[in-house]
Amino acid sequence: MEKAIVALKGVNKWYGNNHVVKDLDLEVAEGEFLTLLGPSGCGKTTTLRMIAGFEDASSGRIEVQGEGVDEKEPYQRDVNTVFQSYSLFPHLNVFDNIAYGPRIKKRPKEEIEQDVEEMLRLVQMSGYEKRKPDALSGGQKQRIAIARALINKPRVLLLDEPLGALDLKLRKQMQIELKRLQKKLGITFIYVTHDQEEAMSMSDRIAVMKDGIILQIDKPTEIYNRPNCRFVADFIGESNIMGGTVTKVEGDLLTVATPDGEVQTKGVGFAVGEEIDISVRTEYLECSSEPAGSFSLKATIRDFTNMGTVIKTSALTASGKELRISAFEQDENLHEGQDVYLFWKPEKSVPIHREQKEAKA
Amino acid sequence: MTASKGRAKGTNRLPLLAQAGPVSLWMILFVTIPMLFIIFISFMTRGTFGGVEYTPSLESYQTMMEVTYFHIIVKSLGVAAETTIACLIVGYPFAYYIARKPPATASRLITLLMIPFWTNSLMRLNAWMLIFQTNGPVNNFMLNTHMIDKPITFIFTDGLVLLGLITNYLPFAVLPMYSSIEKLQKPILEASADLGAKPSVTLLKVTLPLTFPGIFSAIILTFIPALGTYVITDMLGGGKVLYIGNIIKNQFGTIRNWPLGAAMSVLLLAVTALMIFLYSRFAKVEDMEVV
Amino acid sequence: MAEKEKLNRKQKRDRRRKIPWTIFAALVYASFYIPVLVMILFSFNDAKRNYSWMGFTTEWYPKLFSFGNHDLWESLVYSLVIAILATVISVIIGVLGGIGLKKFEFRGKRFINMMLFVPIVVPEVVMAVSMLIIFMIVGIKLGLGTIVIGHCTFCIPYAVIIIKGRITGDNETLQEASMDLGANRIQTFLKVTIPSIMPGIMSAAFLSFTLSIDDVMISNMLAGASQSTLPVLILSVNRTGITPDINALTTIMVIVMLFGMVVMNIMQRIHNKREARIMAESDARIQAARLAAEEY
Repeated sequence: MEKAIVALKGVNKWYGNNHVVKDLDLEVAEGEFLTLLGPSGCGKTTTLRMIAGFEDASSGRIEVQGEGVDEKEPYQRDVNTVFQSYSLFPHLNVFDNIAYGPRIKKRPKEEIEQDVEEMLRLVQMSGYEKRKPDALSGGQKQRIAIARALINKPRVLLLDEPLGALDLKLRKQMQIELKRLQKKLGITFIYVTHDQEEAMSMSDRIAVMKDGIILQIDKPTEIYNRPNCRFVADFIGESNIMGGTVTKVEGDLLTVATPDGEVQTKGVGFAVGEEIDISVRTEYLECSSEPAGSFSLKATIRDFTNMGTVIKTSALTASGKELRISAFEQDENLHEGQDVYLFWKPEKSVPIHREQKEAKA
Repeated sequence: MTASKGRAKGTNRLPLLAQAGPVSLWMILFVTIPMLFIIFISFMTRGTFGGVEYTPSLESYQTMMEVTYFHIIVKSLGVAAETTIACLIVGYPFAYYIARKPPATASRLITLLMIPFWTNSLMRLNAWMLIFQTNGPVNNFMLNTHMIDKPITFIFTDGLVLLGLITNYLPFAVLPMYSSIEKLQKPILEASADLGAKPSVTLLKVTLPLTFPGIFSAIILTFIPALGTYVITDMLGGGKVLYIGNIIKNQFGTIRNWPLGAAMSVLLLAVTALMIFLYSRFAKVEDMEVV
Repeated sequence: MAEKEKLNRKQKRDRRRKIPWTIFAALVYASFYIPVLVMILFSFNDAKRNYSWMGFTTEWYPKLFSFGNHDLWESLVYSLVIAILATVISVIIGVLGGIGLKKFEFRGKRFINMMLFVPIVVPEVVMAVSMLIIFMIVGIKLGLGTIVIGHCTFCIPYAVIIIKGRITGDNETLQEASMDLGANRIQTFLKVTIPSIMPGIMSAAFLSFTLSIDDVMISNMLAGASQSTLPVLILSVNRTGITPDINALTTIMVIVMLFGMVVMNIMQRIHNKREARIMAESDARIQAARLAAEEY
């Protein structure tokens, strides 16, 4: 990795007896868009707040630009935050909100005016200087909150679920805008969200967190295609997860016995006799009325759900497990209650060791 | 929307009358009419044997401007202002201290603040007198530690009255300020720190402006009653120190100059109205924390 | 647990900074509690009148209960009667009014809302004299009735505000649901509206009672030549010196108040415990039902 601009080393956070962040190590590269992704209560926001300085780490070390910041107050740190609730000052208008930081740093007046105008242009809010936050929509508030943080030219911008309160359409639009902004300015973004799609679409790297631990940290495609544990496979995208025992290892091709019959997958580092989980994305699971491929599982079609862009087919195996298939078009030959055969290309599935990190969590 | 509210149901006005009727009637009978009447009386002439003679005049307002009364008015305003300022200086940090505690602790601290006020207020005032008696604990302590060689007379002085006023009205200042500080969202303060403001700067630029409605409620809820009281001044001033409240009360008791008492009351009403007007300039009066 | 908290300098500094604030808060509390403690202490004063401490005695308590001081007991009873009447009237009018002013729009509503604000902010002495003049001119005899009216006039606004604060959009939906299910207005009022704002009613009653029982200015001016309430009696006795039996009586009143608080608290706790038990039981039942379903 290139130079790390933010580094967390063995960071712990306790609230009373509640261990919310556990021995966390994390390095964020300069100019990177890193997302902390996880369900609520996984410690992602706490981690962000420790970097910002709103919370003290119970132990461990946090460095920004190679310098320990544990003893620095939030106002002494070169990072800025975009808050989930925007936290615009309700008594100040848009201009004064954005000018808040530079005024505190006693920058010259003309310079501040220039910068505020530039920021407003950057977030496409020129002309709103005199408005009070109350008179802005959620999306507009968010843009101002971003401008207010960016005007301070932070090396790192921390974003705590900034789009959480916006409706779906606006959220998608803001995602694109945020990503473009980050690329244009070259600032490091550390972004917290529980929305996996948001994380996938914006990040350079994603750190999936659960119960205070980073389960997997990697590029979005890697996280999607090679989840390293059951939780990640389940949390990102939509997967079918089946348990079974490895019966044969031929190079990277594994044969696995499941309650519904033998299946195949590809991966290294597995031994005969190991109990594993297999994750198959719904779009890689195929279905036909005749046995096909190198193996197939017998199942009965339960129902179809039209999701707009895709059709989801739900099928029940003999052992009663529900498997889901998503496809762009519905196979006209299939109908509810029909017996079918399910299969997938072994390289399109992922074997996962049991008792991975999540057991620790 | 508006259809579900109000009169839309049309003919059946019984529920409205039954619910809003009694309170409206009560307020008109015992607030509106008496208030209007006292304003009316203040422009009448003093009766020869007390009471009132219904000849319009500005007599009582002229009396009010005489040196003796004018002096009392100025002094009362001064003492009420001192009380208010002291209540703000002590009350704001105190309210801040409570509001920044975890909610469970804060509500316990607020209860702790209320309990003493269930005791009779006069007996609490009397206790201050006992503490500051010529041979009371304060004087004894100072004599024994040779800070003074002669007991100080505290009782029936303006100083003791001021102490009584402050301790009596402090909770009424703390409560509205507490609730406005408590409403202040933590992320707003964090945003300020995040943008580089030291705690002192955050206090000045964010906390104080945003809690100003609470501060002004506190001003109203201490200044006006402190200006109008006659009980605290009676108890601790021993009737020697006269304030507006005492003057008003006396006009309807022993002295029987109703128009003058009414004019003094109108003065208090005017002060009250002015403060409420100022308040309404920057906050909604209906949202004022009074309970 | 123990090893987790190694404080760095910042955390230590943060803790040190809190100390002066804690001391400051303690001093403010002291200024509230010292008078109360002194008041209680002087109920044990071995002196005819409370000017200075003359030695310890408990004789004032038995003396109080042998009804040695008739005036004191009469004024207490009078105060209690007034407080109860004022509370009942204020709560009834306040609850009806709070609901009505929240629910209905009518001409003059703004005016009534403004009038409700007057007794809260206008100095009490002005309220007192304005009512006094009206009573005198109309020729109403001063006494119990006029004092109760006076107290209600400043208790009703508080009751209305508390009740209005308790009524949310939810309550209106509840009322509609009740009528939808076939209850008429009065049934709805008694079975849905009142129970749903019960905590507000309780706090309005509590506030009215405490305001009334402690009031001096209005009671004093509207009493006329009639019996004094306890606070008015204390005000008049103050000139000649408070007698320790008054301290004894007010001490007992504080203790009764505190005792009531503690009882309410305990009842609340028992209630919470029962709720928790019911929750736990139903959790177990839900779990069992779920397991049964899964097996199937």
